[in-house]
Amino acid sequence: MLCYLTTGKHMAIYVSVLVVLVLLAITAVTALIFGFGGAMAARSRFLPLSWFGKGYIAIVRGVPDIAFFLFFVLALDIGFEMLRHGIKCPDWTAPIWQGNDFVVCPEAKLPLGNAPQWVHETYAFFLAVLTFSIVFGAFAANVLYGAMRAVPRAQLETAEAYGMTHRQTFWRVLVPQMWVYALPGLSNLWMVLIKATPLLFLLGIEDIVYWARELGGSKTPRFTDYPHGDWRMWYFLALLVFYLAFTRVSEIALDRIMRRLTHGQATLAGEAQRKAAT
Amino acid sequence: MKSILLGTAALALTASMALAASHGAVVRMGTEGAYPPYNFINDKGEVDGFERELGDELCKRAELTCEWVTNEWDSIIPNLVAGNYDVIIAGMSITAERDAVIDFTQNYTQPDPSAYLVAPGNEGLDVSKAVIAAQAATIQASFVASNGATLVEFATPEETISAVRNGEADAVLADKAYLDPIDAESEDLVMLERTELIGGGVGMGLRESDGELKAKFDAAIQSMKDDGTLNALIAKWEIGEAF
Repeated sequence: MLCYLTTGKHMAIYVSVLVVLVLLAITAVTALIFGFGGAMAARSRFLPLSWFGKGYIAIVRGVPDIAFFLFFVLALDIGFEMLRHGIKCPDWTAPIWQGNDFVVCPEAKLPLGNAPQWVHETYAFFLAVLTFSIVFGAFAANVLYGAMRAVPRAQLETAEAYGMTHRQTFWRVLVPQMWVYALPGLSNLWMVLIKATPLLFLLGIEDIVYWARELGGSKTPRFTDYPHGDWRMWYFLALLVFYLAFTRVSEIALDRIMRRLTHGQATLAGEAQRKAAT
Repeated sequence: MKSILLGTAALALTASMALAASHGAVVRMGTEGAYPPYNFINDKGEVDGFERELGDELCKRAELTCEWVTNEWDSIIPNLVAGNYDVIIAGMSITAERDAVIDFTQNYTQPDPSAYLVAPGNEGLDVSKAVIAAQAATIQASFVASNGATLVEFATPEETISAVRNGEADAVLADKAYLDPIDAESEDLVMLERTELIGGGVGMGLRESDGELKAKFDAAIQSMKDDGTLNALIAKWEIGEAF
C-alpha cells in the first residue's frame, strides 16, 4: 500500500495539492485588489470610471464562470502573443491567421518555443491566476461596493465635520469600517473559490482532479509495476475529504477574523461584544 | 543583375536558415498519456509507450530536440493549431475530417482493426443495435454514430471500459491494440470475434503551415520503415500488423 502511494506519479498529485494551495493564496490577494479597484471605480464621481467599474461588475457577474474561464485563457494568450508579435517582429509579412492556424513569429511565442517545460507550466498557471482574479475580483468588487455603502452615513459626516478631506475620510474612516460589512460576503466568495479550483483542470493544468482520475483509473500489469482495478472512487473520496477539511478550517479562521473585526464597531454584534465585556 | 539575384537568394537562404534554427530549437510533442500501449504515463510520472520510443527515435533521426507534453484528447487539435505544441503524436488515425484542419505525416502503423469488448455471456450481441461506448472525437465514435447503433461518448478511454463494466453500455469499440491487454487481464470482459477496419493508420499531426517540420518527420518515418526498426517497435508494443 505504501509503495502504491509513493510512486513518481503519486508525487505529482502531492505537488498538485501545493499548486492548488498556492493558486488560492495568490488569487485571494489579487482578486481582492481587483475587487477593491473595481469598487473604488464603481463609486467614483468621475462618470466614465464609474461606468467602467459598474460594467466590469455587471458583465463578469452575468456571464457563466466556465465560459469566462475558457474564453479568457485563450483570449489572453492570443492577445499577449499578438502584442509581442507587433512589437518584436515588425518586418514579419506572413499573415497571423493562416486558415485555422494561429502563427506568430517564434520570438513572439509566449513562452518561447524552446523554453523548458516548467516555464510553460508556470505561464499557464499565471494565466489561470489572472482569469480567476478577474472573475472573482468582480464578485469581490460588488461585495466591497455594498460594504462601502453600508458604513453608517453618520460616521462619514462626523469625519467631514472634523475637517477631513474626501480622501482622508475614505482611507481613515470608510475603509477600516467597511470590512466588517464585507466579510460575510467575502468569506462566501472564498468558499466558492476553494470549490472552483477544480476548474483548473479545464484550463489544461494538471491539478488534483486530473491526477485523481489518472491515478485511479485501472492499470494493467503490462504497463505498470503497481496494477490495480478501477480505484477512482477512492481517489475522489480523498479529494472530497480534502476539500471538506479545507473549507472547515477556513470557516473557523474566518469566524475568528470576524470576531476581531466586530470589536468596537457600531453594529449589533459589536454592541453585544461591548455589553458582554462590561 | 546577377549579383542582385544572388544577393536576394543568399538573403532568403540565411533568413530561412535563421528561421529553421530558431524553430528547430525545441519541438514540443503533444500526446494524451492515457492510451496504452500507444502512450501512457508510467510509474515515474513520465510519458511512456510505443509513441514515446518512436518519437524519441524520430527526433534523433531528424536531429531535433524534442520535449513531451500531455494534453486532454478533447482539445488536442485546437491546442496544436493555437501553437501550444508543434506535433500531435497520440495514436491519432488519419482521417479526411482531421486532415481538413491539420496535416498528417505518413502513417507509422498499419490501419489497426477496432474491436469490441462486452460482458461475458453477451457474445451474441448485435452491435448495430446495441449501446456502444467510444471515446469522444475518435474514428470509433463516428463509426458507431454512422452505423445506427446508440453511441455513448466519454472523454477518456478509461471511462469507456468502465461503462461496459457497470452496464451503462453493451460494448466498447476501440483500437484492438488498446483493448488486447485489457481483455487479457480482466475476466469480466470478453472480446468479440468481429472487428471493424476503420481509419487509415496512425500518423503524426502537424499545423498546416508547418510543412518543413512535416517533411523532416516524413523522412525520419520513412527511414525507420526502410531499416526495419519501426517493425521492431510495433512488435515490441504489439501494435497490430508490421509493414
